[in-house]
Amino acid sequence: MAQETDQIFVLLTGWILSYLPEWLRPYGLAVLGVVGVLAVYVTLFALTTWFERKGLARMQNRYGPNRVGPFGLFQPIADGVKALVKEDVVPFRADQVLHFLAPLILLIAVCMELGVVPVGRNMVLVDMDAGLLFFFAMGASTELSVFMAGWSSRNKYSLLGAMRAIAQMISYEIPLLLSAVAAVMIAGTLSLPKIVEAQSGFTDMLPHWYVFTPWGFAGALIFGIAASAETNRCPFDLPEGESELVAGYFTEYSGFKFAIFFIAEYIGMFSISSISVTLFFGGWGAPLSFLSFIPSWIWFFAKVMTMIFVFIWVRGTLPRLRQDQLMNFAWKFMLPLSLVNLGVTALWRFMNDDWQRWAACTAILVVSYVVLGLTGMRSQHVAPRKYRYAE
Amino acid sequence: MSPVFYLLAAITVGGGLAAVLLRNLIHCALAAAVSFAGLALLFLSLDAQFAGFVQFLVYVGAVGILIVFAILLTRNADEQEGGLFSRTWLMGLAIAAAVFAVLGWAVLRSGSVLPNQLASPVASVHDIGVALVGRYVLPLEIVALLLTAATIGAVIVAMHEKEGEQ
Repeated sequence: MAQETDQIFVLLTGWILSYLPEWLRPYGLAVLGVVGVLAVYVTLFALTTWFERKGLARMQNRYGPNRVGPFGLFQPIADGVKALVKEDVVPFRADQVLHFLAPLILLIAVCMELGVVPVGRNMVLVDMDAGLLFFFAMGASTELSVFMAGWSSRNKYSLLGAMRAIAQMISYEIPLLLSAVAAVMIAGTLSLPKIVEAQSGFTDMLPHWYVFTPWGFAGALIFGIAASAETNRCPFDLPEGESELVAGYFTEYSGFKFAIFFIAEYIGMFSISSISVTLFFGGWGAPLSFLSFIPSWIWFFAKVMTMIFVFIWVRGTLPRLRQDQLMNFAWKFMLPLSLVNLGVTALWRFMNDDWQRWAACTAILVVSYVVLGLTGMRSQHVAPRKYRYAE
Repeated sequence: MSPVFYLLAAITVGGGLAAVLLRNLIHCALAAAVSFAGLALLFLSLDAQFAGFVQFLVYVGAVGILIVFAILLTRNADEQEGGLFSRTWLMGLAIAAAVFAVLGWAVLRSGSVLPNQLASPVASVHDIGVALVGRYVLPLEIVALLLTAATIGAVIVAMHEKEGEQ
């Protein structure tokens, strides 16, 4: 029974496909998979917008949306209708083609990222040998569309916002990749379903998740911080901060194009949370061995929603980082720390499995954290301002 | 030749042509990024997964952004100095035709020079990794040294620019 609820979507797909002729089956499988993934993630997106507004509101000691349905649950529908009926204003001097294409390319890149995530046991849309590499390749493509959005609006604020967003995304991509490489090193494969399987054992009820090892803990933290910087979430949301830059690179977008940017940002958040759950938190595995009767896909989405809740929590708690603080943090702290983490992972791999391994790895990580914090994050001595006047 | 190959070839060649024929420089840079993406898809259609994904990651993600930033920071993209084609276009055409002839001759002859293989060799990511740290570790380290030198050079150039503007 537990086995069947676990594989219920796989069995459902097989049953539907048995009604199709033989030659149509691969296409039917592709269509069903894509429809399933998109349906689930768009529903989660709607739920998350409600969750975020209520969560932020409660953290700020106010109610949040509570008019549109019971507890404001129909608010996403109201938002969607509003976005659809709003007039689509495009500036006269804007680059029409690029202005139109930018949100589309962002949405396409972000939805492609969802294809490689293993949502449950035997439930991955495309099982690629180099799945993690594909994910990061699609993540790199999002930067180009952010630039297109900022440039095509012919607006100083948009261009500034786009430049800052790209600088931030490029800077934080390196710690993101390096901390992911640590998990790949131990699992020995780039394929995401296999990385989840490598974490699926239990020792006396405790799981083998990578987050419970010193390098995995540091790696998960670095990945989480870099992930919130990649998706322009608070405290790294200077590119879209309202008091700094009007609305950053989507200033000139109204109506449904803005909604597409919004969807793309949230789905990007989902996909990067899914990857961090896959790499460090055991994917679809249960946290304690006697809880394995609960289906794998429920565990996966529970973990992803917990990570989303942590993102919302951090957004409600921390103030925004300034651009130079952000860049200093990336290059002077996160990058050296992720390199040290890589070295510690290698040490873990080659030492014998006893308490000395834990002690050595933890000690190296804690010492490097303290040293980097003291040296890298020293406050900058700012020289007196020099003015350059236009000639 | 499958229809997929023709479609991808059209995207790549079209992107390349657009990159030299369009008026707006930013459009040219983005058309070049489309051409890179077409190349990545061609690699993927030949089952070279690692090459395809790295082409996306490096070319579209990093080199494309680099070209765009370089255009933005150095010249006004709307400016047109003279016509679209340079004055020495005949010489350029002759050189490009010569290079194409040499490459085409090499590619067409290679079919008869290579031994007959029944199945295309599968180079998985694992094999590439093992080769990089096994047989080709010296080129890997030299490339790393080259990249470090380039990074330090870029930082020095940027630093001198800031101090030279006083």
